[in-house]
Amino acid sequence: MTQPQIMTQTEFLHIVMPFKDKVFRLAKRLLVSREEAEDATQEVLLKLWNNKTKMSEYKNVEAFSMTMTKNFCLDKLKSKQAQNLKIVHSNYQDHNVSVQKQVELNDSLDWVGRIIEDLPEQQKMVIQLRDIEQYDYDEIAKMLDMNPTAIRVALSRARKTIREKLTNTHSYGIK
Amino acid sequence: MVLNNIEKLLEKYENGETTLQEEQQLKSYFSQETVAPHLEVYKPIFAYFLVNEKEQFTKDVPLKTKRTFNYTWISVAAVAVLFFGFYFGSPFSQEPSKEEQQMAFNQFKEAMQMVSSNLNKGTSSIGYLESIGKGTESVNYLDELNNPIQRIFK
Repeated sequence: MTQPQIMTQTEFLHIVMPFKDKVFRLAKRLLVSREEAEDATQEVLLKLWNNKTKMSEYKNVEAFSMTMTKNFCLDKLKSKQAQNLKIVHSNYQDHNVSVQKQVELNDSLDWVGRIIEDLPEQQKMVIQLRDIEQYDYDEIAKMLDMNPTAIRVALSRARKTIREKLTNTHSYGIK
Repeated sequence: MVLNNIEKLLEKYENGETTLQEEQQLKSYFSQETVAPHLEVYKPIFAYFLVNEKEQFTKDVPLKTKRTFNYTWISVAAVAVLFFGFYFGSPFSQEPSKEEQQMAFNQFKEAMQMVSSNLNKGTSSIGYLESIGKGTESVNYLDELNNPIQRIFK
């Protein structure tokens, strides 16, 4: 007699644990507000939980979840395009630098965040998935449904834009 | 790491041609306290990436266990009820002993006696119906009305 396997909460959390932060960070990259990113993450994880019987059919649950997050957030953005979103910046610590330097660094890190925020959505996602989450190109291609060449192009544009804008805002002396 | 090498890596990086490993090298180079002055602009960029890798999702996910969970417990309860029925049901199917029969008969008798005595009490309280009879007697004077009428007809 074959009995359908019932996934327990513990088993589910065990599967989801390694990438739940990545889901959250991608959501935050797109939605900016921390609360909205938290809500989106909950939503994505609940959807996974409700479809847990199908979960064994997915080849790559992590990639599937990231795609789901992308779609959920882009839909959310579309439905509230006119509204202004609250800007929440991440906290971070760096114990090795002096207070004065940390204040400066704080400021320039904030600038990087703001510059990325102004990038087109596709470039934001590519930067998030590559430079922050360190996925390889094939994985990103699967998640965003793009070909690897398009990903490289988007990534190159985004990286150059960030450097150029940061140079302008801070008038760093380059060469 | 040699500065020349870093500059080459940066160029590759901006063309989207670096490997993950090379990107890791860049991150570690720019997390140093001091970097070449003309590359200073890259420092906050890679620092930003490193900081953002660490952000965590701290909220709970309210996982509701539905259907599957309930069905299991309903079936467990059903089995328990069935066994309960089998276990306590069996004595009732046996023939009652003579003592039990006598006891049941006595109980029945007692009950019937109680019913009959209470019925008698009930009838006594219906006695007021007699007073209705008195009432009808007092309406008899109406007959006298007939006398004048008869006189008129004469």
